Amino acid sequence: MLKGHKASPGVAIGRALVINNSPVRVERLTVDSSNLQLSRLESAIACSKDQLQKIAEKSKINLGEDHALIFESHQMLLEDIEVLDQTKTLILEHKYSSEFAYQEVTDQFIAVFESMDDEYMRARSADVKDISQRVLKNMLGIPLCDLSTLEDEVILVAGDITPSETAVMDRSKVVGFLTDIGGRTSHSAIIARTLEIPAVVGLGNISSSVTTGDLLVFDGDFAEVYVNPDETVIKEFEEKKIDYRKNKDLLKKYHGLETVTLDSKKIELASNIRSTTDVSFVVENDSEGVGLFRTEFLFMNTDTAPSEQEQFSVYSEVLSSLSPKPVVIRTLDIGGDKQVDYLNLEKEENPFLGVRGVRLCLENSQLFKTQLRALLRAGVNGNLKIMVPMISCLEEVLQVKELFSECERELEGEGTEFSKDYEFGMMIEVPSAAIESDILAKHVDFMSIGTNDLIQYTVAVDRMNQKLMNLYTPYNPAILRLINLVIQNAHEAGIWVGMCGEAACQKELVPLWVGMGIDELSVTPSDTLSTRALIRELHYSQCQKQLERVLQLGCAKEVENFLK
Amino acid sequence: MEKVIEIKNETGLHARPAALFVREATKFNSDITIAAGGKKGNAKSVMSVMSMGITKNTEITLTATGDDEQNALEALEAFIIDQK
Repeated sequence: MLKGHKASPGVAIGRALVINNSPVRVERLTVDSSNLQLSRLESAIACSKDQLQKIAEKSKINLGEDHALIFESHQMLLEDIEVLDQTKTLILEHKYSSEFAYQEVTDQFIAVFESMDDEYMRARSADVKDISQRVLKNMLGIPLCDLSTLEDEVILVAGDITPSETAVMDRSKVVGFLTDIGGRTSHSAIIARTLEIPAVVGLGNISSSVTTGDLLVFDGDFAEVYVNPDETVIKEFEEKKIDYRKNKDLLKKYHGLETVTLDSKKIELASNIRSTTDVSFVVENDSEGVGLFRTEFLFMNTDTAPSEQEQFSVYSEVLSSLSPKPVVIRTLDIGGDKQVDYLNLEKEENPFLGVRGVRLCLENSQLFKTQLRALLRAGVNGNLKIMVPMISCLEEVLQVKELFSECERELEGEGTEFSKDYEFGMMIEVPSAAIESDILAKHVDFMSIGTNDLIQYTVAVDRMNQKLMNLYTPYNPAILRLINLVIQNAHEAGIWVGMCGEAACQKELVPLWVGMGIDELSVTPSDTLSTRALIRELHYSQCQKQLERVLQLGCAKEVENFLK
Repeated sequence: MEKVIEIKNETGLHARPAALFVREATKFNSDITIAAGGKKGNAKSVMSVMSMGITKNTEITLTATGDDEQNALEALEAFIIDQK
């Protein structure tokens, strides 16, 4: 049995598909028959072309035209006349094997791209490596796994699962995720919860200890994974799986009900989303709105920043399909662990303490204004609230407001229709902003507490660091005090305050947030009904009393034990 | 035949524009080379064109040899002027 960290609930039983990204290298080899090598080259290229074609088609369906273009450009690289001509020359003149000749030629191009001054072009070397590895593996008969073209149901096992892998993944075929690294707030965990795929992360070295085809069973709520277990264990998990389904069905009765405590304190229960496709999860789970629309995914996995028109249509679609429900759209939050090539961001020693979120937006005001204009225009199509991430001081709020005014004046001048009654809010995820929240609250319409980063920055713990997982906890009394302070300050200024981190729906903590008087909780869509069920069992007055006692405690462990 | 053109668009001949440029070049039978800053490449190879790292304000020389050389150069010049 392997033990990891909880990432996404649910029971999974299935065969492992280990995603092994370790690159292949071949040795220099000379051969007698060049003709055979030429035909091997040809068939590997043809086979790779087929695979890329399939991926492009799949991603067109799953992700839209724009994303498919990436794979179409891969096809062009694959059939590049210079690469093929040079490879053939090496095969004929030096009698090299097809794989060595191909590797020699692509290595040269990779080296050229890597030596370029332009960050964007350097990043293109990854595309050439990708293609080169595909062709080499096809020549050597090493199976490639394309997550977009899975035949059977599988449990994915990997070091980590990247955003681009999840983007092309065929959701209907993946019944579970297991990864070596990561915690509850890592990208793979968030994606798994949104897609309602059971997952356990931070399992150490599962990607090397398990092989493709092994039978795996696990329960995401317990974070324990069994490899090739005996009949009795399988049976037990099959029953668990049925129970889990039943439980989910039971929650259906909370559809259409209000999120309100027994003593009539109402809380708005909204969803975290990252694309227009997630809107269907919001509706299915009867969520009351969107508390966090992460727009950065629009900016990732593409060659260039999305235009104002592209952004306008995405925001409009989300706003109009959920109208009149509120939709909080967070402006671009990149930097830190989320990078995009085309912005040519400088490498930083400490990206999490560097130019990310609003800092990056203020540095690239053109990029930011394009997004603001798109948001303001889209605002006429629904109930828009705009939220800015990573605010650490009042100066930033004022600068952002100035840019808003600029955009509004421009739109006014152009005679373009735009929203005039949107709300403007900020995230509280940097301790300095939390401490100064009484002052900041006078300049915004709402605040939303991002617990994932607030914990990381307050406790000085990297949330991906396996060794420090015990320190990275929302039960830390300092965190609870800070959150309580923010809520009090916001209410004193007469504005509403929400919470959109992973702690927002942690069942032991929800009574505390309710006791603090939180106005809105934004959770993964699939957590909506269980959170509503929980809140409907609570007494606001009792939660307040419980909060008083918790705020007296000194150790995170004491808080945790008390709440459990 | 030869033609000298200045690259005006912001990103130069980057991935996307380079791919489109090559797609245009492959429509013609003529052999076409692209030269800039002392380097020379095959205009029908996206790897070649990209690895030249052609940025904004670079002067490139296109040379075409073949039965449709004139059309090829005119089409490629029009393509580059169209980019912005």
